[in-house]
Amino acid sequence: MSLRVLQPGIQTTVQDLGRLATQHLGIPVGGAMDVQAHRVANLLVGNPLDAAALECAFGGLALEFIAPAVVALAGRDIRATLDGTPLPAWHACRIDAGRVLTLHAGCRTTIAIAGGIDVPMVLGSRSTSLRAAFGGWHGRALRKEDLLPVGTPGALAARMLHWLTAVDRHCGDWTVGPPQHPPYSEAATARIIPGPELARLTDASRAALFGDTFRITAESDRMGYRIAGPSLSLTSHADMVSSGVTAGTIQLPPGGAPIVLLADRQTTGGYPRLGDVIAVDLPLLAQLLPGDRVSFAAVSLDQAHALLRRREADLTTAARALALRFAPGADGTR
Amino acid sequence: MLAPATAGPHTTGIVWPHSVIPLGCSALTVDLAALDGDVARAVVRGLAGRLTGAPPAGLLAVVPAIRTVTVHYDPTQTTIDALEHHIAAALDTVELILEPPRDPVIIPVCYGGEFGPDLEFVATTHHTTPEAIVAAHTAGRYTVAMLGFLPGFPYLDGLAASLHTPRRATPRLAVPAGSVGIGGASTGIYPCTSPGGWQLIGRTHRALFDPARMPPTLLQPGDVVQFVSIPTPQPGEALHRS
Repeated sequence: MSLRVLQPGIQTTVQDLGRLATQHLGIPVGGAMDVQAHRVANLLVGNPLDAAALECAFGGLALEFIAPAVVALAGRDIRATLDGTPLPAWHACRIDAGRVLTLHAGCRTTIAIAGGIDVPMVLGSRSTSLRAAFGGWHGRALRKEDLLPVGTPGALAARMLHWLTAVDRHCGDWTVGPPQHPPYSEAATARIIPGPELARLTDASRAALFGDTFRITAESDRMGYRIAGPSLSLTSHADMVSSGVTAGTIQLPPGGAPIVLLADRQTTGGYPRLGDVIAVDLPLLAQLLPGDRVSFAAVSLDQAHALLRRREADLTTAARALALRFAPGADGTR
Repeated sequence: MLAPATAGPHTTGIVWPHSVIPLGCSALTVDLAALDGDVARAVVRGLAGRLTGAPPAGLLAVVPAIRTVTVHYDPTQTTIDALEHHIAAALDTVELILEPPRDPVIIPVCYGGEFGPDLEFVATTHHTTPEAIVAAHTAGRYTVAMLGFLPGFPYLDGLAASLHTPRRATPRLAVPAGSVGIGGASTGIYPCTSPGGWQLIGRTHRALFDPARMPPTLLQPGDVVQFVSIPTPQPGEALHRS
């Protein structure tokens, strides 16, 4: 099984959930920017949630399917067609051999394919590390005429394809609702847990961080977003040494414009840490484009953990429900 | 050199003062800010080793730095209280010993010319000759304090004060892989092509990072590094990789 890249889009990479465990070697975690969209797209096609999928920034991606496949798209403001016919996002769709899927527009769209993108596992992950040029598809973004290998779909994915074929439907009637579908917006509110150097902000800067709105600048990519807004300053010079950072860490470099670290971040950083965006709100950030806006609100660690545990429990429930519906012996109808 | 003892784990009765700072909701940083220098580095290595060697439930990654250890965890598998308790117990078993000097890892470097475009600037800054800068840089023994910034990028301790040089006012967009540089009081080697603001004094052909190799990084925290000057290849002759 394979698919051909007719148009690679602005930047399309192979991603899974990244390589957390090798951070002590300075190796960036990488992986899907929007972990929720990635996992839900995999869930909808019957894949393990950490299967490798494609992540396309903006749009302009066209893929020709050499063999029949089941595909799900997830992300914000997706506009896609299958040979000209609109294709719904957040649904599993059957694609026959020879057909062309075009992603016209989106923010950071996950394209999950039953069986997953079958690139080699490198250091525990199939994710592309663009900076160090390894992992994923030859360590780089997709190019025109690339022929990507697709893995053999698992039992659940195979039963979904069988059902879609038997009832002669192109799209499954299963999807996810809130809370598995994050409330994306071009003006996101990201909740943060205060960081160690937050207390060093001047009173005016702290009020601005939580009261004003910041704009995503063009200096934004998978490593992180530089955000523009009121210039923030510290009351005292912080004597910093390099220390671990994570997805969502908000750093304040000397210029006064914060940087929010994201999937391809460095493992360590030496700038003052104002706070960390909580896990359940990272998908909202991942789907912001240059020009979009973000504002910040403080939240307690207990609240953040409660929100995360509920989201994970909901996702587990959704996965179980789908597995039951397509269990061997079940007829797949609702 | 101070190093963590491998024996144990048993409680040593030594108290290493530390604080635990949440880093978002899936990571925390153990800060050993009260410790300094070699003691901090050895305790950091000791704690990281203890946590990696006997990981508690829900632990996903351990990232040692200069005087912190950052722990990434899965909040659906553990609680911050359980982790703090485990970390405190692990720290109680960290004991330091004086280790005999290690054999250095040799890094052959072509200094100056196209491989070290800032060597002249560094020499001018210190009112000396490029040859004297090379002599001072190769005379040093450097200890890997941590890996970070890029895969396999070593933060090296031990740069002579006579070589401290401010970073470039405007960082380069693409520093070639293998470049050896000086940035302030640090010296280091770029494992892959990357933007960077350090003064570049030479280049090595040794691969600092190779994802197909195990371990994938040439250097590990605690390793000692020695730079050795090698002749610049003739025009047309490649600086071939090991």
